[in-house]
Amino acid sequence: MITFPSDLNLGPIAPALVVVVTGILVMLADLFLFRAEDRHNTVWVALGGLIVAFLVTLGLWGQVSGGPITAIGGLAILDRFALFLDLILILVTAIVMLLSAEYLVEQNIEHAEFYTLILFSVSGMMLMGASADLMTLWVSFETFSIALYVLAAYARPKVESEEAGLKYFFLGAFSAGFFLYGIAMTYGATGTTRLMGIAQFIQANAATISANNMLYVGLGLILVGLGFKVALVPFHQWTPDVYEGAPTAVTAFMATATKAAGFAALLRVLFLAFPQLSGAWSTILALLAVLTMIGGNVIALSQRNIKRMLAYSSIAHAGYILIAIVAGGAQAVSAAMFYILAYALMTLGAFAVVIALNRGGAEVVNFEDYAGLIQRRPGLTHALAVFMFALTGFPPLAGFVGKWYIFDLAVRNGWAWLAVVGTLASVISAGYYLYIVVLMYMRPAPDNAPDLGGAQGTAGLAVALTLIGTVLLGIFASPIFNLAQSALLAAR
Amino acid sequence: MDVPIQYYGLLSALLFSMGVAGVLLRRNIIIVFMSIELMFNAANLLFVAFARHQNGLDGQVFVFFVMTVAAAEVAVGLALVMALFRSKQTTDVDDASTLKG
Repeated sequence: MITFPSDLNLGPIAPALVVVVTGILVMLADLFLFRAEDRHNTVWVALGGLIVAFLVTLGLWGQVSGGPITAIGGLAILDRFALFLDLILILVTAIVMLLSAEYLVEQNIEHAEFYTLILFSVSGMMLMGASADLMTLWVSFETFSIALYVLAAYARPKVESEEAGLKYFFLGAFSAGFFLYGIAMTYGATGTTRLMGIAQFIQANAATISANNMLYVGLGLILVGLGFKVALVPFHQWTPDVYEGAPTAVTAFMATATKAAGFAALLRVLFLAFPQLSGAWSTILALLAVLTMIGGNVIALSQRNIKRMLAYSSIAHAGYILIAIVAGGAQAVSAAMFYILAYALMTLGAFAVVIALNRGGAEVVNFEDYAGLIQRRPGLTHALAVFMFALTGFPPLAGFVGKWYIFDLAVRNGWAWLAVVGTLASVISAGYYLYIVVLMYMRPAPDNAPDLGGAQGTAGLAVALTLIGTVLLGIFASPIFNLAQSALLAAR
Repeated sequence: MDVPIQYYGLLSALLFSMGVAGVLLRRNIIIVFMSIELMFNAANLLFVAFARHQNGLDGQVFVFFVMTVAAAEVAVGLALVMALFRSKQTTDVDDASTLKG
Protein backbone atom coordinates (compact mmCIF):
# COMPACT_ATOMS: atom_id res chain seq x y z
CA MET A 1 0.00 0.00 0.00
CA ILE A 2 1.18 3.46 -0.80
CA THR A 3 1.51 5.82 2.13
CA PHE A 4 2.02 9.49 1.62
CA PRO A 5 4.20 11.40 4.03
CA SER A 6 2.01 12.96 6.67
CA ASP A 7 3.49 16.39 6.13
CA LEU A 8 2.77 16.49 2.40
CA ASN A 9 1.95 20.12 2.86
CA LEU A 10 2.07 22.35 -0.18
CA GLY A 11 1.16 25.56 1.65
CA PRO A 12 4.77 26.52 2.38
CA ILE A 13 5.73 26.54 -1.30
CA ALA A 14 2.61 28.50 -2.24
CA PRO A 15 4.47 31.52 -3.72
CA ALA A 16 6.22 29.28 -6.26
CA LEU A 17 2.98 27.43 -7.01
CA VAL A 18 1.14 30.71 -7.63
CA VAL A 19 3.88 31.70 -10.07
CA VAL A 20 3.68 28.37 -11.94
CA VAL A 21 -0.11 28.60 -12.19
CA THR A 22 0.21 32.16 -13.46
CA GLY A 23 2.58 30.92 -16.15
CA ILE A 24 -0.01 28.40 -17.30
CA LEU A 25 -2.78 31.02 -17.14
CA VAL A 26 -0.72 33.35 -19.33
CA MET A 27 -0.51 30.65 -21.99
CA LEU A 28 -4.25 29.94 -21.75
CA ALA A 29 -5.11 33.64 -21.83
CA ASP A 30 -2.99 34.05 -24.94
CA LEU A 31 -4.81 31.17 -26.56
CA PHE A 32 -8.42 31.86 -25.59
CA LEU A 33 -8.77 35.34 -24.17
CA PHE A 34 -6.87 37.72 -26.42
CA ARG A 35 -6.87 38.14 -30.15
CA ALA A 36 -3.51 38.44 -31.88
CA GLU A 37 -3.56 42.26 -31.87
CA ASP A 38 -4.34 42.35 -28.12
CA ARG A 39 -1.56 39.95 -27.26
CA HIS A 40 0.39 42.58 -25.32
CA ASN A 41 -2.30 42.32 -22.64
CA THR A 42 -0.83 39.01 -21.47
CA VAL A 43 1.74 41.00 -19.52
CA TRP A 44 -1.05 42.24 -17.23
CA VAL A 45 -2.11 38.65 -16.50
CA ALA A 46 1.47 37.87 -15.57
CA LEU A 47 1.78 40.97 -13.39
CA GLY A 48 -1.55 40.17 -11.72
CA GLY A 49 -0.23 36.71 -10.83
CA LEU A 50 2.90 38.27 -9.37
CA ILE A 51 0.77 40.54 -7.19
CA VAL A 52 -1.08 37.47 -5.89
CA ALA A 53 2.25 35.76 -5.24
CA PHE A 54 3.39 38.88 -3.39
CA LEU A 55 0.30 38.85 -1.18
CA VAL A 56 0.70 35.12 -0.50
CA THR A 57 4.32 35.68 0.47
CA LEU A 58 3.33 38.47 2.85
CA GLY A 59 0.65 36.21 4.30
CA LEU A 60 3.17 33.45 4.95
CA TRP A 61 5.65 35.91 6.49
CA GLY A 62 3.61 36.15 9.68
CA GLN A 63 3.12 32.39 9.92
CA VAL A 64 6.81 31.50 10.09
CA SER A 65 7.62 33.66 13.08
CA GLY A 66 7.78 30.54 15.25
CA GLY A 67 10.48 28.89 13.16
CA PRO A 68 10.75 27.14 9.83
CA ILE A 69 7.99 24.94 8.41
CA THR A 70 8.90 21.85 6.42
CA ALA A 71 6.94 20.88 3.33
CA ILE A 72 6.60 17.92 0.95
CA GLY A 73 7.94 15.42 3.44
CA GLY A 74 10.98 17.52 4.33
CA LEU A 75 12.11 18.22 0.77
CA ALA A 76 11.35 21.91 1.09
CA ILE A 77 11.54 24.32 3.96
CA LEU A 78 9.80 27.59 4.55
CA ASP A 79 11.50 30.27 6.56
CA ARG A 80 11.92 34.01 6.33
CA PHE A 81 15.05 33.57 4.27
CA ALA A 82 13.04 31.83 1.54
CA LEU A 83 10.28 34.44 1.81
CA PHE A 84 12.71 37.34 1.63
CA LEU A 85 14.21 35.80 -1.51
CA ASP A 86 10.66 35.38 -2.87
CA LEU A 87 10.01 39.08 -2.30
CA ILE A 88 13.23 40.07 -4.11
CA LEU A 89 12.42 37.75 -7.00
CA ILE A 90 8.84 38.97 -7.32
CA LEU A 91 10.05 42.58 -7.38
CA VAL A 92 12.74 41.82 -9.96
CA THR A 93 10.36 39.87 -12.15
CA ALA A 94 7.69 42.56 -12.06
CA ILE A 95 10.22 45.19 -13.14
CA VAL A 96 11.58 42.91 -15.87
CA MET A 97 8.03 42.49 -17.19
CA LEU A 98 7.49 46.24 -17.26
CA LEU A 99 10.76 46.50 -19.18
CA SER A 100 9.84 43.78 -21.63
CA ALA A 101 6.34 44.87 -22.59
CA GLU A 102 7.35 47.45 -25.21
CA TYR A 103 10.83 46.10 -25.84
CA LEU A 104 9.42 42.83 -27.17
CA VAL A 105 7.12 44.66 -29.56
CA GLU A 106 9.95 46.84 -30.85
CA GLN A 107 12.21 43.82 -31.32
CA ASN A 108 9.35 42.04 -33.05
CA ILE A 109 9.63 39.03 -30.74
CA GLU A 110 6.44 39.40 -28.77
CA HIS A 111 4.88 36.10 -27.81
CA ALA A 112 3.08 35.26 -24.58
CA GLU A 113 5.55 32.40 -24.04
CA PHE A 114 8.10 35.00 -22.99
CA TYR A 115 6.18 35.75 -19.81
CA THR A 116 5.44 32.07 -19.25
CA LEU A 117 9.12 31.18 -19.49
CA ILE A 118 10.08 34.01 -17.15
CA LEU A 119 7.46 32.84 -14.64
CA PHE A 120 8.54 29.19 -14.84
CA SER A 121 12.12 30.27 -14.40
CA VAL A 122 11.22 32.34 -11.34
CA SER A 123 9.30 29.45 -9.81
CA GLY A 124 12.49 27.37 -10.01
CA MET A 125 14.45 30.17 -8.38
CA MET A 126 11.91 30.46 -5.56
CA LEU A 127 12.08 26.73 -4.90
CA MET A 128 15.85 26.95 -4.87
CA GLY A 129 15.63 29.26 -1.90
CA ALA A 130 13.13 26.93 -0.24
CA SER A 131 15.21 23.77 -0.75
CA ALA A 132 15.95 21.58 2.23
CA ASP A 133 17.25 18.68 0.17
CA LEU A 134 19.81 18.41 -2.61
CA MET A 135 17.12 16.73 -4.72
CA THR A 136 14.86 19.80 -4.59
CA LEU A 137 17.88 21.98 -5.18
CA TRP A 138 18.83 20.03 -8.29
CA VAL A 139 15.37 20.00 -9.82
CA SER A 140 14.74 23.71 -9.14
CA PHE A 141 18.25 24.53 -10.39
CA GLU A 142 17.41 22.89 -13.70
CA THR A 143 13.87 24.28 -13.84
CA PHE A 144 15.12 27.82 -13.84
CA SER A 145 18.13 27.06 -16.05
CA ILE A 146 16.24 25.31 -18.85
CA ALA A 147 13.72 28.15 -19.10
CA LEU A 148 16.60 30.62 -19.23
CA TYR A 149 18.37 28.75 -22.04
CA VAL A 150 15.30 29.28 -24.17
CA LEU A 151 14.95 32.91 -23.11
CA ALA A 152 18.57 33.69 -24.02
CA ALA A 153 17.89 32.48 -27.56
CA TYR A 154 14.52 34.20 -27.66
CA ALA A 155 15.40 36.78 -30.32
CA ARG A 156 16.00 34.09 -32.95
CA PRO A 157 16.65 34.13 -35.87
CA LYS A 158 19.10 36.78 -34.72
CA VAL A 159 22.40 34.87 -34.78
CA GLU A 160 23.78 36.62 -31.69
CA SER A 161 20.80 35.53 -29.64
CA GLU A 162 20.88 31.94 -30.88
CA GLU A 163 24.55 31.79 -30.12
CA ALA A 164 24.01 33.23 -26.66
CA GLY A 165 21.37 30.59 -25.99
CA LEU A 166 23.60 27.79 -27.21
CA LYS A 167 26.62 28.96 -25.24
CA TYR A 168 24.55 29.39 -22.11
CA PHE A 169 23.05 25.97 -22.64
CA PHE A 170 26.34 24.14 -23.10
CA LEU A 171 28.19 25.83 -20.29
CA GLY A 172 25.09 25.61 -18.07
CA ALA A 173 24.65 21.90 -18.74
CA PHE A 174 28.39 21.35 -18.28
CA SER A 175 28.29 23.05 -14.89
CA ALA A 176 25.12 21.13 -14.03
CA GLY A 177 27.13 17.95 -14.66
CA PHE A 178 29.67 19.01 -12.03
CA PHE A 179 26.92 20.05 -9.66
CA LEU A 180 25.18 16.69 -10.05
CA TYR A 181 28.38 14.71 -9.62
CA GLY A 182 29.11 16.70 -6.50
CA ILE A 183 25.67 15.85 -5.14
CA ALA A 184 26.25 12.16 -5.96
CA MET A 185 29.57 12.16 -4.08
CA THR A 186 28.07 13.99 -1.12
CA TYR A 187 25.29 11.41 -1.05
CA GLY A 188 27.84 8.64 -1.21
CA ALA A 189 29.89 10.13 1.61
CA THR A 190 27.03 10.92 3.97
CA GLY A 191 24.23 8.58 2.91
CA THR A 192 21.67 11.36 2.70
CA THR A 193 20.66 14.23 0.46
CA ARG A 194 18.93 16.21 3.22
CA LEU A 195 20.87 19.39 3.96
CA MET A 196 20.27 19.04 7.71
CA GLY A 197 21.09 15.33 7.48
CA ILE A 198 24.47 16.13 5.94
CA ALA A 199 25.20 18.57 8.77
CA GLN A 200 24.18 15.94 11.34
CA PHE A 201 26.42 13.36 9.68
CA ILE A 202 29.37 15.73 9.78
CA GLN A 203 28.65 16.52 13.43
CA ALA A 204 28.39 12.84 14.37
CA ASN A 205 31.61 11.92 12.57
CA ALA A 206 33.58 15.04 13.44
CA ALA A 207 36.67 13.03 14.38
CA THR A 208 37.05 11.23 11.07
CA ILE A 209 35.58 13.85 8.75
CA SER A 210 38.90 15.32 7.63
CA ALA A 211 39.81 11.93 6.12
CA ASN A 212 36.54 11.79 4.18
CA ASN A 213 37.94 12.91 0.84
CA MET A 214 34.78 12.07 -1.07
CA LEU A 215 32.79 14.60 0.96
CA TYR A 216 35.33 17.35 0.27
CA VAL A 217 35.43 16.58 -3.45
CA GLY A 218 31.61 16.55 -3.49
CA LEU A 219 31.45 19.94 -1.79
CA GLY A 220 34.05 21.28 -4.21
CA LEU A 221 32.05 20.11 -7.25
CA ILE A 222 28.83 21.59 -5.84
CA LEU A 223 30.66 24.90 -5.45
CA VAL A 224 31.87 24.69 -9.06
CA GLY A 225 28.29 24.13 -10.28
CA LEU A 226 26.87 27.04 -8.30
CA GLY A 227 29.94 29.17 -9.09
CA PHE A 228 29.12 28.85 -12.78
CA LYS A 229 25.57 30.05 -12.18
CA VAL A 230 26.54 33.14 -10.19
CA ALA A 231 29.53 33.75 -12.53
CA LEU A 232 32.52 33.63 -10.20
CA VAL A 233 35.96 33.97 -11.78
CA PRO A 234 37.28 31.50 -13.13
CA PHE A 235 33.82 30.12 -14.03
CA HIS A 236 32.66 33.35 -15.66
CA GLN A 237 33.68 33.00 -19.31
CA TRP A 238 30.14 32.52 -20.58
CA THR A 239 28.80 35.68 -18.93
CA PRO A 240 29.85 38.51 -21.29
CA ASP A 241 28.92 36.63 -24.47
CA VAL A 242 25.56 35.47 -23.16
CA TYR A 243 24.70 38.87 -21.68
CA GLU A 244 25.62 40.58 -24.92
CA GLY A 245 23.77 38.21 -27.24
CA ALA A 246 20.58 37.68 -25.24
CA PRO A 247 17.70 40.16 -25.63
CA THR A 248 18.35 43.02 -23.19
CA ALA A 249 15.23 42.32 -21.12
CA VAL A 250 16.43 38.74 -20.63
CA THR A 251 19.92 39.96 -19.78
CA ALA A 252 18.45 42.19 -17.08
CA PHE A 253 16.58 39.19 -15.69
CA MET A 254 19.63 36.91 -15.82
CA ALA A 255 21.93 39.46 -14.23
CA THR A 256 19.66 39.99 -11.23
CA ALA A 257 17.31 37.07 -10.59
CA THR A 258 19.81 34.31 -11.39
CA LYS A 259 22.36 35.91 -9.14
CA ALA A 260 19.85 36.17 -6.29
CA ALA A 261 18.80 32.53 -6.66
CA GLY A 262 22.35 31.25 -7.08
CA PHE A 263 23.55 32.99 -3.95
CA ALA A 264 20.48 31.84 -2.05
CA ALA A 265 21.39 28.26 -2.98
CA LEU A 266 25.02 28.83 -1.95
CA LEU A 267 23.89 30.21 1.41
CA ARG A 268 21.53 27.28 1.94
CA VAL A 269 24.09 24.62 1.08
CA LEU A 270 27.03 26.14 2.93
CA PHE A 271 25.25 27.32 6.08
CA LEU A 272 22.72 24.50 6.40
CA ALA A 273 24.67 21.44 5.23
CA PHE A 274 28.35 22.30 5.63
CA PRO A 275 28.67 24.79 8.49
CA GLN A 276 31.23 22.59 10.27
CA LEU A 277 33.50 22.58 7.23
CA SER A 278 33.58 26.37 7.03
CA GLY A 279 37.32 26.32 7.66
CA ALA A 280 37.79 24.55 4.34
CA TRP A 281 35.29 26.40 2.16
CA SER A 282 35.84 29.90 3.49
CA THR A 283 39.50 29.85 2.40
CA ILE A 284 38.61 28.69 -1.11
CA LEU A 285 35.76 31.17 -1.42
CA ALA A 286 37.97 34.02 -0.15
CA LEU A 287 40.39 33.25 -2.97
CA LEU A 288 37.52 33.13 -5.48
CA ALA A 289 36.17 36.42 -4.12
CA VAL A 290 39.51 38.14 -4.71
CA LEU A 291 39.80 36.71 -8.23
CA THR A 292 36.19 37.62 -8.99
CA MET A 293 36.36 41.21 -7.75
CA ILE A 294 39.71 42.02 -9.34
CA GLY A 295 39.09 40.03 -12.54
CA GLY A 296 35.58 41.37 -13.12
CA ASN A 297 36.49 44.99 -12.49
CA VAL A 298 39.76 44.99 -14.45
CA ILE A 299 38.31 43.36 -17.57
CA ALA A 300 35.27 45.66 -17.38
CA LEU A 301 37.62 48.63 -17.84
CA SER A 302 38.36 47.61 -21.43
CA GLN A 303 34.74 47.09 -22.52
CA ARG A 304 33.09 49.39 -25.07
CA ASN A 305 29.63 47.78 -25.08
CA ILE A 306 27.38 48.62 -22.15
CA LYS A 307 25.86 45.12 -21.98
CA ARG A 308 29.30 43.52 -21.78
CA MET A 309 30.38 46.15 -19.29
CA LEU A 310 27.39 45.36 -17.09
CA ALA A 311 28.19 41.64 -17.47
CA TYR A 312 31.67 42.15 -16.01
CA SER A 313 30.15 44.47 -13.42
CA SER A 314 27.77 41.67 -12.41
CA ILE A 315 30.77 39.35 -12.03
CA ALA A 316 32.52 41.88 -9.81
CA HIS A 317 29.44 42.32 -7.63
CA ALA A 318 29.24 38.55 -7.17
CA GLY A 319 32.68 38.88 -5.61
CA TYR A 320 31.44 41.45 -3.09
CA ILE A 321 28.52 39.22 -2.11
CA LEU A 322 30.94 36.32 -1.69
CA ILE A 323 32.79 38.33 0.97
CA ALA A 324 29.66 38.23 3.13
CA ILE A 325 29.51 34.44 2.82
CA VAL A 326 33.21 34.05 3.61
CA ALA A 327 32.99 36.33 6.64
CA GLY A 328 30.13 34.23 8.01
CA GLY A 329 28.66 34.93 11.40
CA ALA A 330 25.14 35.82 12.38
CA GLN A 331 24.79 38.73 9.97
CA ALA A 332 26.26 37.12 6.84
CA VAL A 333 22.88 36.14 5.42
CA SER A 334 21.26 39.53 5.96
CA ALA A 335 24.29 41.41 4.59
CA ALA A 336 24.33 39.20 1.51
CA MET A 337 20.57 39.42 0.94
CA PHE A 338 20.58 43.19 1.41
CA TYR A 339 23.39 43.52 -1.11
CA ILE A 340 21.56 41.28 -3.57
CA LEU A 341 18.49 43.51 -3.30
CA ALA A 342 20.55 46.69 -3.74
CA TYR A 343 22.50 45.20 -6.64
CA ALA A 344 19.30 44.02 -8.32
CA LEU A 345 17.73 47.49 -8.18
CA MET A 346 20.83 49.28 -9.47
CA THR A 347 21.50 46.82 -12.28
CA LEU A 348 17.86 46.59 -13.34
CA GLY A 349 17.82 50.40 -13.42
CA ALA A 350 20.86 50.52 -15.71
CA PHE A 351 19.31 47.96 -18.03
CA ALA A 352 16.00 49.82 -17.91
CA VAL A 353 17.70 52.96 -19.23
CA VAL A 354 19.41 50.93 -21.99
CA ILE A 355 16.03 49.47 -22.97
CA ALA A 356 14.25 52.84 -22.81
CA LEU A 357 16.83 54.25 -25.24
CA ASN A 358 15.97 51.56 -27.81
CA ARG A 359 14.16 52.75 -30.84
CA GLY A 360 12.79 50.57 -33.60
CA GLY A 361 14.78 47.40 -32.97
CA ALA A 362 18.29 48.90 -33.08
CA GLU A 363 19.85 48.48 -29.65
CA VAL A 364 21.76 51.39 -28.17
CA VAL A 365 24.62 49.51 -26.55
CA ASN A 366 27.90 51.02 -27.80
CA PHE A 367 29.63 53.54 -25.60
CA GLU A 368 29.81 56.09 -28.46
CA ASP A 369 26.00 56.17 -28.54
CA TYR A 370 26.05 57.55 -25.00
CA ALA A 371 28.26 60.54 -25.78
CA GLY A 372 26.40 63.81 -25.32
CA LEU A 373 23.29 62.03 -24.09
CA ILE A 374 22.59 64.89 -21.70
CA GLN A 375 21.51 67.14 -24.56
CA ARG A 376 19.25 64.54 -26.10
CA ARG A 377 17.65 62.67 -23.18
CA PRO A 378 18.40 64.62 -19.98
CA GLY A 379 16.02 62.64 -17.75
CA LEU A 380 17.39 59.24 -18.67
CA THR A 381 20.94 60.60 -18.46
CA HIS A 382 20.44 61.71 -14.87
CA ALA A 383 18.86 58.34 -14.04
CA LEU A 384 21.72 56.34 -15.58
CA ALA A 385 24.24 58.55 -13.77
CA VAL A 386 22.55 57.78 -10.44
CA PHE A 387 22.70 54.04 -11.17
CA MET A 388 26.38 54.28 -12.14
CA PHE A 389 27.19 56.20 -8.93
CA ALA A 390 25.20 53.66 -6.94
CA LEU A 391 27.03 50.72 -8.57
CA THR A 392 30.36 52.39 -7.80
CA GLY A 393 29.28 52.72 -4.18
CA PHE A 394 28.80 56.43 -3.62
CA PRO A 395 26.87 57.42 -0.49
CA PRO A 396 24.00 57.77 0.18
CA LEU A 397 22.84 55.36 -2.55
CA ALA A 398 21.95 51.69 -2.17
CA GLY A 399 25.31 50.35 -3.38
CA PHE A 400 27.21 52.23 -0.68
CA VAL A 401 25.11 50.89 2.18
CA GLY A 402 25.28 47.36 0.80
CA LYS A 403 29.06 47.49 0.57
CA TRP A 404 29.24 49.09 4.01
CA TYR A 405 27.36 46.20 5.64
CA ILE A 406 29.51 43.60 3.88
CA PHE A 407 32.90 45.20 4.51
CA ASP A 408 31.95 45.98 8.10
CA LEU A 409 31.03 42.32 8.61
CA ALA A 410 34.31 41.19 7.06
CA VAL A 411 36.38 43.46 9.33
CA ARG A 412 34.55 42.35 12.46
CA ASN A 413 34.98 38.65 11.64
CA GLY A 414 38.69 38.78 10.97
CA TRP A 415 38.68 39.13 7.19
CA ALA A 416 39.88 42.73 7.14
CA TRP A 417 42.28 42.10 4.24
CA LEU A 418 39.35 40.90 2.15
CA ALA A 419 37.49 44.13 2.88
CA VAL A 420 40.57 46.07 1.79
CA VAL A 421 40.72 44.16 -1.49
CA GLY A 422 36.98 44.82 -1.95
CA THR A 423 37.46 48.54 -1.38
CA LEU A 424 40.35 48.66 -3.85
CA ALA A 425 38.23 46.77 -6.38
CA SER A 426 35.43 49.35 -5.95
CA VAL A 427 37.96 52.07 -6.70
CA ILE A 428 38.90 50.29 -9.95
CA SER A 429 35.20 50.00 -10.80
CA ALA A 430 34.87 53.80 -10.71
CA GLY A 431 37.07 53.77 -13.84
CA TYR A 432 34.33 52.32 -16.04
CA TYR A 433 31.15 53.35 -14.23
CA LEU A 434 32.18 57.00 -14.16
CA TYR A 435 33.54 56.84 -17.71
CA ILE A 436 29.94 56.44 -18.90
CA VAL A 437 28.94 59.44 -16.80
CA VAL A 438 31.79 61.51 -18.30
CA LEU A 439 30.74 60.44 -21.81
CA MET A 440 27.13 61.39 -21.22
CA TYR A 441 27.72 64.79 -19.63
CA MET A 442 30.97 66.09 -21.10
CA ARG A 443 31.41 64.76 -24.62
CA PRO A 444 29.53 66.09 -27.65
CA ALA A 445 27.14 63.77 -29.42
CA PRO A 446 28.55 62.28 -32.64
CA ASP A 447 27.00 63.47 -35.91
CA ASN A 448 25.74 60.03 -36.88
CA ALA A 449 24.18 59.35 -33.48
CA PRO A 450 21.34 56.80 -33.64
CA ASP A 451 17.69 57.55 -33.02
CA LEU A 452 16.80 57.23 -29.38
CA GLY A 453 13.70 56.16 -27.54
CA GLY A 454 12.48 58.06 -24.52
CA ALA A 455 11.34 57.39 -20.99
CA GLN A 456 7.68 56.92 -21.76
CA GLY A 457 5.49 53.87 -21.24
CA THR A 458 6.24 50.93 -18.99
CA ALA A 459 10.02 51.10 -19.49
CA GLY A 460 9.96 54.65 -18.14
CA LEU A 461 7.93 53.39 -15.19
CA ALA A 462 10.59 50.74 -14.56
CA VAL A 463 13.33 53.38 -14.63
CA ALA A 464 11.38 55.50 -12.14
CA LEU A 465 10.72 52.54 -9.80
CA THR A 466 14.32 51.37 -9.75
CA LEU A 467 15.54 54.95 -9.29
CA ILE A 468 13.26 55.47 -6.29
CA GLY A 469 14.30 52.08 -4.94
CA THR A 470 18.02 52.79 -5.31
CA VAL A 471 17.74 56.11 -3.51
CA LEU A 472 15.34 54.99 -0.77
CA LEU A 473 17.30 51.81 -0.08
CA GLY A 474 20.34 53.99 0.50
CA ILE A 475 18.63 56.53 2.73
CA PHE A 476 16.31 54.24 4.68
CA ALA A 477 18.66 51.27 4.80
CA SER A 478 18.18 50.17 8.39
CA PRO A 479 14.49 49.08 8.29
CA ILE A 480 15.17 46.98 5.18
CA PHE A 481 18.34 45.61 6.74
CA ASN A 482 16.38 44.67 9.86
CA LEU A 483 13.88 42.90 7.63
CA ALA A 484 16.75 40.99 6.03
CA GLN A 485 18.08 40.35 9.51
CA SER A 486 14.88 38.58 10.47
CA ALA A 487 15.36 36.49 7.34
CA LEU A 488 18.25 34.66 8.98
CA LEU A 489 18.65 31.01 8.18
CA ALA A 490 16.63 28.79 10.43
CA ALA A 491 19.56 26.62 11.42
CA ARG A 492 21.59 29.44 12.89
CA MET B 1 29.19 -12.26 -5.59
CA ASP B 2 28.81 -8.55 -5.04
CA VAL B 3 30.93 -6.14 -7.00
CA PRO B 4 32.72 -3.86 -4.51
CA ILE B 5 31.53 -0.27 -4.38
CA GLN B 6 34.99 1.00 -5.34
CA TYR B 7 34.68 -0.53 -8.79
CA TYR B 8 31.49 1.38 -9.45
CA GLY B 9 33.14 4.55 -8.20
CA LEU B 10 36.11 3.99 -10.49
CA LEU B 11 33.96 3.29 -13.54
CA SER B 12 31.80 6.31 -12.78
CA ALA B 13 34.84 8.57 -12.35
CA LEU B 14 36.20 7.26 -15.65
CA LEU B 15 32.92 7.99 -17.45
CA PHE B 16 32.75 11.44 -15.89
CA SER B 17 36.31 12.25 -16.96
CA MET B 18 35.55 11.06 -20.49
CA GLY B 19 32.53 13.36 -20.52
CA VAL B 20 34.52 16.36 -19.30
CA ALA B 21 37.30 15.67 -21.79
CA GLY B 22 34.76 15.32 -24.58
CA VAL B 23 33.17 18.70 -23.77
CA LEU B 24 36.55 20.41 -23.61
CA LEU B 25 38.27 18.77 -26.58
CA ARG B 26 35.68 17.86 -29.21
CA ARG B 27 34.47 20.52 -31.63
CA ASN B 28 31.28 18.91 -32.94
CA ILE B 29 28.21 20.20 -31.10
CA ILE B 30 26.47 16.81 -31.13
CA ILE B 31 29.51 15.06 -29.65
CA VAL B 32 29.75 17.76 -26.98
CA PHE B 33 26.10 17.11 -26.28
CA MET B 34 26.70 13.39 -25.86
CA SER B 35 29.65 14.09 -23.58
CA ILE B 36 27.43 16.14 -21.28
CA GLU B 37 24.96 13.25 -21.16
CA LEU B 38 27.87 11.00 -20.25
CA MET B 39 28.65 13.25 -17.28
CA PHE B 40 25.03 13.01 -16.11
CA ASN B 41 24.99 9.26 -16.47
CA ALA B 42 28.26 8.89 -14.62
CA ALA B 43 26.54 10.64 -11.72
CA ASN B 44 23.51 8.36 -12.14
CA LEU B 45 25.71 5.29 -11.86
CA LEU B 46 27.22 6.66 -8.69
CA PHE B 47 23.76 7.33 -7.23
CA VAL B 48 22.54 3.82 -7.93
CA ALA B 49 25.73 2.21 -6.67
CA PHE B 50 25.63 4.15 -3.41
CA ALA B 51 21.91 3.56 -2.98
CA ARG B 52 22.55 -0.18 -3.25
CA HIS B 53 25.59 0.00 -1.00
CA GLN B 54 23.70 1.86 1.71
CA ASN B 55 20.44 -0.05 1.23
CA GLY B 56 18.64 3.25 0.72
CA LEU B 57 16.26 4.44 -1.94
CA ASP B 58 17.17 8.13 -2.08
CA GLY B 59 19.82 7.59 -4.72
CA GLN B 60 17.55 5.59 -6.99
CA VAL B 61 14.78 8.17 -6.73
CA PHE B 62 17.31 10.86 -7.53
CA VAL B 63 18.21 9.06 -10.76
CA PHE B 64 14.62 9.33 -11.95
CA PHE B 65 14.72 13.08 -11.41
CA VAL B 66 18.03 13.31 -13.24
CA MET B 67 16.69 11.36 -16.20
CA THR B 68 13.59 13.55 -16.41
CA VAL B 69 15.62 16.72 -16.24
CA ALA B 70 18.13 15.39 -18.78
CA ALA B 71 15.31 14.63 -21.21
CA ALA B 72 13.98 18.18 -20.90
CA GLU B 73 17.48 19.52 -21.33
CA VAL B 74 18.03 17.46 -24.48
CA ALA B 75 14.79 18.77 -25.97
CA VAL B 76 15.81 22.38 -25.39
CA GLY B 77 19.44 21.81 -26.38
CA LEU B 78 18.63 20.11 -29.67
CA ALA B 79 16.15 22.89 -30.50
CA LEU B 80 18.91 25.44 -29.92
CA VAL B 81 21.35 23.45 -32.08
CA MET B 82 18.72 23.27 -34.82
CA ALA B 83 18.09 27.02 -34.64
CA LEU B 84 21.78 27.81 -34.97
CA PHE B 85 22.22 25.23 -37.72
CA ARG B 86 19.48 26.93 -39.74
CA SER B 87 21.29 30.26 -39.47
CA LYS B 88 24.87 29.10 -39.92
CA GLN B 89 24.75 25.62 -41.52
CA THR B 90 27.33 24.26 -39.11
CA THR B 91 27.69 21.99 -36.10
CA ASP B 92 31.20 23.13 -35.25
CA VAL B 93 31.42 24.98 -31.95
CA ASP B 94 34.27 27.14 -33.26
CA ASP B 95 31.96 28.65 -35.86
CA ALA B 96 29.66 29.97 -33.14
CA SER B 97 31.90 32.97 -32.64
CA THR B 98 29.85 36.00 -33.66
CA LEU B 99 30.15 37.18 -30.07
CA LYS B 100 33.75 37.87 -29.27
CA GLY B 101 35.25 36.15 -26.28
